Amino acid sequence: MVKINGELLEKDGKTVTEMLADMEISGQRVAVEINEEIVPKAKYDETILKDGDRVEVVRFVGGG
Amino acid sequence: MPIPSREEMYSALEERHGTELQKKLDSASVAVCGLGGLGSNIAIALARAGVGYLHIIDFDRVDISNLNRQQYFPEQLGEPKSEAMKDTLERIAPYCHIKADNIKLSEDNIPALLSDADIIVEAFDKADQKAMLVNCVLENMPDKYLVSGSGMAGIAPSNIITTKRITKRFYLCGDGVSDVEDGMGLVSSRVLICAGHQAHAVIRIIAGEFDI
Repeated sequence: MVKINGELLEKDGKTVTEMLADMEISGQRVAVEINEEIVPKAKYDETILKDGDRVEVVRFVGGG
Repeated sequence: MPIPSREEMYSALEERHGTELQKKLDSASVAVCGLGGLGSNIAIALARAGVGYLHIIDFDRVDISNLNRQQYFPEQLGEPKSEAMKDTLERIAPYCHIKADNIKLSEDNIPALLSDADIIVEAFDKADQKAMLVNCVLENMPDKYLVSGSGMAGIAPSNIITTKRITKRFYLCGDGVSDVEDGMGLVSSRVLICAGHQAHAVIRIIAGEFDI
């Protein structure tokens, strides 16, 4: 199980790109941290979620 | 009336904030990226608090549509925001060291341009630009503190705007959901609340208080 934004989900083995697709989130408007480390955008396709990972998906909205 | 001396202004700040905190504020360096509703209010709050060095950056010019929430004056319409804001900050805090850049930030220039600040404030308006800056700083500048704002459009309640500490050095303010693209306008009071959260997160970081 992977904890995504505080919620335990069965996303083990998925890449960050696949996780974002499941969440219907555009990769252009997010920052993703796994276990307190930023995942570089260029590595979304190759970074695989593992059991016990704590993932933060920060989705930005417009306005400022 | 002539403006007070540096010493007079410093001691007035010291009286309100305490010697120790004022020393920290005076030696702090903060970059404010974007000088719209968030950034103009954040920069003013930090200048008033006595932050010693402010690097303010925007590529845009003051437009009539900005005046409902951004800290500009009608006579400044058409001026670059970075210059207009520098003029205002110099009136508020004449001894603050201010660097103003009229430039569009991108992945290519962010690491060099923002290297002079210990704390970086993301205050853009477009969601993809917010994400670009946050990712660029977190990927390339791991020693910086970063305070970002997302979700303050419309007139939803004040109290759903919060400050979150996403990672050790990355703070996120806003309600996370109120998107200007959903047709909600930006209202001065609510933008100010988010700007207040961001400015206060910066001041707490400067004070060495990292909890939220």
